[in-house]
Amino acid sequence: MLNHRFLCRNEDLKEMLESNKESLKLEAMKRIVGLIAKGKNASELFPAVVKNVASKNIELKKLVYVYLVRYAEEQQDLALLSISTFQRALKDPNQLIRASALRVLSSIRVPIIVPIMMLAIKEAATDLSPYVRKTAAHAIQKLYSLDPDQKEHLIEVIEKLLKDKSTLVAGSVVMAFEEVCPDRIDLIHKNYRKLCNLLVDVEEWGQVVIIHMLTRYARTQFVSPWREDAMFDENNEKAFYDSEEERKVEQTKPYIMDPDHRLLLRNTKPLLQSRNTAVVMAVSQLYWHLAPKHELSIITKSLVRLLRSHREVQYVVLQNIATMSIQRKGMFEPFMKSFYVRSTDATHIKTLKLEILTNLANEANISTILREFQTYVKSQDKAFAAATIQAIGRCATNISEVTDTCLNGLVLLLSNRDETVVAESVVVIKKLLQTQPSQHSDIIKHMAKLFDNITVPMARASILWLMGEYCEHVPKIAPDVLRKMAKTFTNEEDIVKLQIVNLAAKLYLTNSKQTKLLTQYILNLGKYDQNYDIRDRTRFIRQLIVPNEKSGALSKYARRILMAPKPAPVLQSAFKDRDRFQLGTLSHTLNSQASGYLELSDWPAVAPDQSVRNVEVVEPAGAPALRKSKTAKSNEKFYSDSEEEEEEEEEGSSSEESVSESESEENSDDSNKSSSSQSEKSSSESDSEKKKKTLKNKKLQQQKPDILIITYLPPQIMQKTLLLIIMTKYILIHIVLSISTQFFVNCMCSLLHLCVFLACQFDVVSWHVHVSLQASSPVFVPETSHELLHRMTGKGLSAQYRFTRQPCIYGNSMVSLQLTLSNSSDQALENIHISEKSSTGQNIHRFNAIERLEPQASVTVSMGVDFNDSTQAANFQLCTKEDEFSVSIQPAVGELLLPITMSEADFTKEQEHRAG
Amino acid sequence: MIHSLFLVNASGDIFLEKHWKSVVSRSVCDYFFEALERATEPENVPPVIPTPHHYLINVLRHRIYFVAVIQSEVPPLFVIEFLHRVVDTFQDYFGVCTEAAIKDNVVVVYELLEEMLDNGFPLATESNILKELIKPPTILRTVVNTITGSTNVGEQLPTGQLSVVPWRRTGVKYTNNEAYFDVIEEIDAIIDKSGSTITAEIQGVIDACVKLTGMPDLTLSFMNPRLLDDVSFHPCVRFKRWEAERILSFIPPDGNFRLLSYHVSSQNLVAIPVYVKHNISFREGSSQGRFELTLGPKQTMGKAVESVLVSSQLPRGVLNANLNPSQGTYTFDPVTKLLSWDVGKINPQKLPSLKGSMSLQAGASKPDENPTINIQFKIQQLAISGLKVNRLDMYGEKYKPFKGIKYMTKAGKFQYFDRIHILFKCFFYYLLPI
Repeated sequence: MLNHRFLCRNEDLKEMLESNKESLKLEAMKRIVGLIAKGKNASELFPAVVKNVASKNIELKKLVYVYLVRYAEEQQDLALLSISTFQRALKDPNQLIRASALRVLSSIRVPIIVPIMMLAIKEAATDLSPYVRKTAAHAIQKLYSLDPDQKEHLIEVIEKLLKDKSTLVAGSVVMAFEEVCPDRIDLIHKNYRKLCNLLVDVEEWGQVVIIHMLTRYARTQFVSPWREDAMFDENNEKAFYDSEEERKVEQTKPYIMDPDHRLLLRNTKPLLQSRNTAVVMAVSQLYWHLAPKHELSIITKSLVRLLRSHREVQYVVLQNIATMSIQRKGMFEPFMKSFYVRSTDATHIKTLKLEILTNLANEANISTILREFQTYVKSQDKAFAAATIQAIGRCATNISEVTDTCLNGLVLLLSNRDETVVAESVVVIKKLLQTQPSQHSDIIKHMAKLFDNITVPMARASILWLMGEYCEHVPKIAPDVLRKMAKTFTNEEDIVKLQIVNLAAKLYLTNSKQTKLLTQYILNLGKYDQNYDIRDRTRFIRQLIVPNEKSGALSKYARRILMAPKPAPVLQSAFKDRDRFQLGTLSHTLNSQASGYLELSDWPAVAPDQSVRNVEVVEPAGAPALRKSKTAKSNEKFYSDSEEEEEEEEEGSSSEESVSESESEENSDDSNKSSSSQSEKSSSESDSEKKKKTLKNKKLQQQKPDILIITYLPPQIMQKTLLLIIMTKYILIHIVLSISTQFFVNCMCSLLHLCVFLACQFDVVSWHVHVSLQASSPVFVPETSHELLHRMTGKGLSAQYRFTRQPCIYGNSMVSLQLTLSNSSDQALENIHISEKSSTGQNIHRFNAIERLEPQASVTVSMGVDFNDSTQAANFQLCTKEDEFSVSIQPAVGELLLPITMSEADFTKEQEHRAG
Repeated sequence: MIHSLFLVNASGDIFLEKHWKSVVSRSVCDYFFEALERATEPENVPPVIPTPHHYLINVLRHRIYFVAVIQSEVPPLFVIEFLHRVVDTFQDYFGVCTEAAIKDNVVVVYELLEEMLDNGFPLATESNILKELIKPPTILRTVVNTITGSTNVGEQLPTGQLSVVPWRRTGVKYTNNEAYFDVIEEIDAIIDKSGSTITAEIQGVIDACVKLTGMPDLTLSFMNPRLLDDVSFHPCVRFKRWEAERILSFIPPDGNFRLLSYHVSSQNLVAIPVYVKHNISFREGSSQGRFELTLGPKQTMGKAVESVLVSSQLPRGVLNANLNPSQGTYTFDPVTKLLSWDVGKINPQKLPSLKGSMSLQAGASKPDENPTINIQFKIQQLAISGLKVNRLDMYGEKYKPFKGIKYMTKAGKFQYFDRIHILFKCFFYYLLPI
């Protein structure tokens, strides 16, 4: 019924469109636009609408354009009918009509008209009207996304438009440049000074784009202005005095900023006064990334001013300030009060402000900040109160003077009426105690007393963990708590149960006389628990601590495994590693690389030839020589320093990249002979350094993978796999024992490592599965392949499989496999495929059937298998035209894991989550 | 850049969509709705939401979410700023920016959005240019259009697009030439229980309404420009002149616009013109609580404090409040627990007060926190920062305009109590000597 009525209405729209009256047509088009706006489908009106494309009525025409752009992609053939109208309009004397014709023509995403578009763009790029040229710049991006093969031609147009002197065009063409060929930095050289000078007069949106582009450009063309600061930072005072003489020699030639570098800084500064928050942010990030450190303070005020803007603006600005405030506290300290939280702020604004206040805390202002925090703890917004308690914990660890005050304050909060506050305090106290155990047994006792009143599972689990970990400090209370817990075991939450088992195990090892029976009782309860994690844990613990003939060597080390000193959790800012992204970008806001993110390169050690930017041919001879004779060594030092940072963040591969980059830059510099000796020296030095670094990298990689393999499989499965790993390792040790004791120690170490990790797994108090973890490409892919089908059994067909260790394209849960099929018979095999029926129920993504495989030929195909995260073999039938062969693939545990890369901070954070 | 835009109303329905590149299915908004569901308050939705293939950036204005769909890296503030500009434009065109207004004017909205972005990149956002391209709907014009069949859409490229002053259209003509400037200041302060100021900042703007014929070139000078050390300008202001002489020199846009905004930071002392005495207490075990609140003027230089509005978020345990105001009216919303008291004008001889009792939920424990109090008011004829305009001159045109300056201070966010948050408005209005 409804459908019928809808059809009817469309019928009358059609009639209206076909009538002779302009007003009726216009009315119809308005209603159609209304339909489009609501997201309703109006595509069947296409033929009726497209007839009006040549209408004289400008509003009607515009609405037809709106319609065309929306539906042309779906109705390509009909859309072609309108093309000639646009081609005519492109020659219209009215610039508005020319521009809008080009806009619509380029917005119709019909691949057939690519040549027409290309021609139109080329013509429009030379149009007399800057408005039309601006439209042409926009059209470049549209054509590029429609047909990337046109790239070369489009770059020519971009090159031409970059030379344009109109402020109207500048922003749009730089946008096109960023989208189409951001790596063609050479196109910018000649236009650099012009862009800097035009910048103030460009419309605000163009300013943002140009500033971001120029930031990237400057980082490749100028040397670092931070040299001296870097020296001061890295030398502590003593080294500073020792090396003073050397430094004097080194720095006889002070750093002189390239005039072009200065030009950029000078011309962007007024834009800090812009009303457009995006412009202010863009200039701020430019200063942050390019200006000498002592000039940075001018952006502070403007950024603080932005905090009075809309909530969304505040959110982004605060995030950037948070990142800045970690590195340069001094910048924002005078404005500390601007970050005080208001009750009307949204929760995410509040937490960001809290983050910044915590970053700004130092010995001098900590008392003010703590007083401010005290009022926040009383907030009605409980999530915020909890975040405040965590912030207090961070202040306590960072500033040793106030650790005791904070701890006492937190203990007071334990008697708070609100449960979330108490729970959070317990968790934070737990972390604090871990950093300085031993003296605080009375706090642990106090918490044991409060235990009965606390109901939040997380807090209960934390207290139990503390009891177990420091049971030697509270020898009387711990067994009593265990006794109580034995009574309530069945009613507890899972995480609490796990901690009870832990506590029991630890007490059993330290005080078996009193707790042996209790432990056995609890282990029995755990054995029949509904949750398989708890059953697993119980089984594991029992094998570990109760000696019997099966448990073998491992139980000897039970004490060392369970009671191993655990690293204290590091309480640090979540923004610590954010500065790997350029400030003000989407990637920075999300803390993960967004698609299309262009990385900011490191400063070159030696500036590339600056004369490329000269538009006039006259070249002042003195300047380059002066710049070249800068001390190579100090440069080198800074350079390697920054590289080291990067290395830590990105694990090797990218640092190698940057090395090769700098090499090429040095090569390009060779033309300049005046400094050849020095640059040679520097390059040889950096070479050796590089070697060292690669070595170090390799070492790092060898040490880390055990820990770095963290899956984003569900937690239960992860625990299982880890258990499996530990078991395989365990077998390994038995074998190795007889070979060499030295090696044994190594293995033991790694086993311990795993155990700690595993214990952490078990101790886990909260299961945070981070979806944001990104799979990374594997560091190492073994070349070995396994036999799937031998040529004898396969009647000539042989098959081998190999795990590619790449994320599977067929599905997230699938493991990707590469099959190599070869024909060793003397006849061609036909129609090789995997049969439809699968015996074990695994989900298999089959490869497309191979129609024909010639004798002695082989072919490689890929397929995906969902092993359901188990090591159960996948069985399936490999068929040819005549035969069927049953084959099976047995995956090793390691192949089911997904490698991920994470920053150091993320890693420690994850570790913290898993730390008991 | 900006791929698509979805408008979502308070009840979570998409009521408008617009695409600038290929169509993105509205199912992408499901991620937004998820976030909306998780958020306890409407403004707690994170402004940037990543999804597997897109990024959603949203702003909330007038209880409408403007959700932009982004596909690749772009400075988030770029999008946020643009979305706010869209809202401002709608407000400018339709008077209000509500769901109803947008739905009624859907064609104009669509034409505007089409002009504002090309391929996701801002094309024309200046209101003067847009108004030449698409005329704002008025009742008269709607009637005329239906009769004559003429349209709202301009046929010529707006002159501003090409000129060096893109914000001003040419050929402006008025019979009465007038220029008005409003100096509006807002105080934003946090005051603790004992009445001492924790932080106080002044945020000021100068809004202008200029209706002058031709191409006037204006200069505005201040008695005490030194106050303005942290300012942001409309693009029309010549920055170099300001740097050198501390004089605002500009060719104004036609109509209403914000000339500049400034910020007087917490380092300067700010006089707080009102004080609050309050006593809100709950007793353990009792289901009653006492509420007492008195307001009084302080340091107002003899000016009256007007349009006072007190609001407070009472603790969740409070069921109802039975209060007795000495003047004005109060309301208490039992659902949101928001108490608001419309006081009106403060009479220094007879201070307004609000007293009474609150009933608590039976059995609930005593709320352990004292609620925050927010206060808003206006004071006419008092510029709290002390900013004064010296003179306004016009060059480039021969007529004599009528000029006026209006000062007003309003309380921004003024928080009292454990935290008290005060928002001030004060008005000042006088005519400049010509």
